[in-house]
Amino acid sequence: MNAVSLISDNIYSILVILMWSMVVFVPILIGVILAVYGDRKIWAAVQKRKGPNVVGPFGLLQVPADGLKYIFKEIIIPDGADKILFILAPILTFALAIAAWSVIPIQAGAALSNINVGILYIFAISSLGVYGILIAGWSSNSKYPFFGALRSAAQMVSYEVSMGFVIVTVLMCVGSLNLTDIVMAQKNIWFFIPLFPMFVVFFISALAETNRPPFDLPEAESELVAGYQTEYSAIPFVLFFFGEYANILLMCSLTTILFLGGWLPPFDIAPFNMIPGFIWFLLKLIFVFYMFAMVKAFVPRYRYDQLMRLGWKVLLPVSLIAVVLTSSILFFFNLAPDLI
Amino acid sequence: MSNKTITVNFGPVHPAAHGVLRLLLDLDGEVVERADPHIGLLHRGTEKLIEHKTYLQALPYFDRLDYVAPMNQEHAFALAIEKLTGAEVPKRGQYIRVLFSEIGRLLSHLLNVTTSAMDVGAMSPITWGFDEREKLLDFYEEVSGSRFHAAYFRAGGVHKDLPDGLLQKIYDFCISFPKALDDIETMLTENRIFKQRNVDIANITKDEAIDNGFTGFILRSTGVPWDLRKSQPYDSYEDFNFQIPVGKNGDCYDRYLCQIAEMRESIKIMLQCIDNMPEGEVINHDAKIAAPKRADMKTSMEAIIRHFKFFTEGFQVPAGEVYTAVEAPKGEFGVYLISDGTSKPYRCKIRAPGFAHLAAFNMLTKGHLLADVPAILGSIAIVFGEVDR
Repeated sequence: MNAVSLISDNIYSILVILMWSMVVFVPILIGVILAVYGDRKIWAAVQKRKGPNVVGPFGLLQVPADGLKYIFKEIIIPDGADKILFILAPILTFALAIAAWSVIPIQAGAALSNINVGILYIFAISSLGVYGILIAGWSSNSKYPFFGALRSAAQMVSYEVSMGFVIVTVLMCVGSLNLTDIVMAQKNIWFFIPLFPMFVVFFISALAETNRPPFDLPEAESELVAGYQTEYSAIPFVLFFFGEYANILLMCSLTTILFLGGWLPPFDIAPFNMIPGFIWFLLKLIFVFYMFAMVKAFVPRYRYDQLMRLGWKVLLPVSLIAVVLTSSILFFFNLAPDLI
Repeated sequence: MSNKTITVNFGPVHPAAHGVLRLLLDLDGEVVERADPHIGLLHRGTEKLIEHKTYLQALPYFDRLDYVAPMNQEHAFALAIEKLTGAEVPKRGQYIRVLFSEIGRLLSHLLNVTTSAMDVGAMSPITWGFDEREKLLDFYEEVSGSRFHAAYFRAGGVHKDLPDGLLQKIYDFCISFPKALDDIETMLTENRIFKQRNVDIANITKDEAIDNGFTGFILRSTGVPWDLRKSQPYDSYEDFNFQIPVGKNGDCYDRYLCQIAEMRESIKIMLQCIDNMPEGEVINHDAKIAAPKRADMKTSMEAIIRHFKFFTEGFQVPAGEVYTAVEAPKGEFGVYLISDGTSKPYRCKIRAPGFAHLAAFNMLTKGHLLADVPAILGSIAIVFGEVDR
């Protein structure tokens, strides 16, 4: 079978795949635009500023306008850079940030692919995200991006470990790796109540995972100029920027799914359960994102060694103890769920 | 340089370089082995320019030294001329100068505290601080017509009397400001991350501070209660009741606390100033170092001639040498003035506190991490206008 017949025979399936990709991509694009806008507005409010308010109604078009501006800029590739990797890095970051979204259910069964190992898939994809930053920092052939990349690698590795243990505690309470099952297991009580310390650890790890303050060391402005992004301009920069916010939203929705009951209403009674699930999902996502934005406005930045200390000496032991505690409780009180 | 270290250029276009500082950092991993500050990118030849200007024309150059607290620099120059000519300053003029010196201190400390917070990643206090600075700059504008380059402190007093109602506005500010300062403090003082980033960073001992010529809050943060306003009061500082905040460890955090405490003391001084503001002239018209009064010029030919001479060839200062220093927000700001009896200074050497602080930068940063460099730089309050002159 040659390539042409491969395409022509499967033209229908290819079109369907493309269509579904757009179904994921377009809402994320809009979501990211709104998230950047919201982030700037919240930050501005804390700082006694107005934030974007000129372009479009309430400044809503500021972010698309900025994006458009970058599209028309020249892509500058430094002389000493490894050209292929330099271009590959932002594409990788962007693609991975989008790819992870394919398993996120925003309503019962409403995910692009409702696979059985959804949480593992997300974990794998988001771990790969560090490659984008590493490659960017290395291929720029410049000192500040290189520092940013080194910091990023260390940071992501140390926080992913505790994040993994947090997910393990949740999974033990659910008995499935499927994201829809995880949400449905919270029918009676959202996991952030029994697993509150884990919720906090997960939130902190999510901040570190997405390079948000106080863990924005890879791009710490006052130290590393712009970290791994220093040499980037135009579209590659937008891809990084976009990927970063898509990742933030991904972490927000993951927090929602793991701890805040996904699309489930807070009370399963009349006015609440009449509102469609995806509205609840969005509300919770916005709430978590609001917390992300407020943290950015309030906290100073950790130093590299302090970040490592927090990751390995505080969060890792806490999450390890939690794994042991949760499993013991589940075992001795016979609460462990049947494997779905 | 061993093959372990790499050298990075920190500035002059680095976002945390506080102007045009260029640091060469030798790094072993992220540990700073050697920091080599390169200065001179903002050098304008101020001292040489002053030699070619009359005393009146030279005064505005002092605004452009430490441009975050302009009037404090003018103060030193005005005092130097007064000391050489022996001119008295009317009491009201002295009080106004004290009032605006303290406003300058607030301007400077607000900027330093909030930008050094920004250097360790806290992005919000800076706009809160600038909100307050904006009000203070409005006071500057009301008395001098200019928000920064005021040229308000003149030899013999101040240029013009305060406009009506300004004292009330400053009073209102003094009442509301401590709350704004409390807000900034809630964000920083007990913030765990802020403390981790500042406590025990760049500790200086008393001896080190004195040996390196440190002055101002950086010297006081090591525990030396040295403040020119107390030790050799100029203008009417002896009339005022205020404390000198001192630190203990001489680290970045103590320097931060000293600045916050000094702002509160400044408010005290300003309130006393407003309460006890004497009536009368604001500038000494008789000592021939100030322009004659407008009213006199309507009736007296002598006054018109003096006015013309004053603004063309300037006033003569008796030959002699003098060193005067004021407690500028960043430390001892001194002017060493040599007059040869003409209307232009023969030599004017400026002692900027920031120069000594920056000169010790290698000592301060050695062995610290790269992330500490901006924190230390912020804590010693470098302004390039005065370092490069």
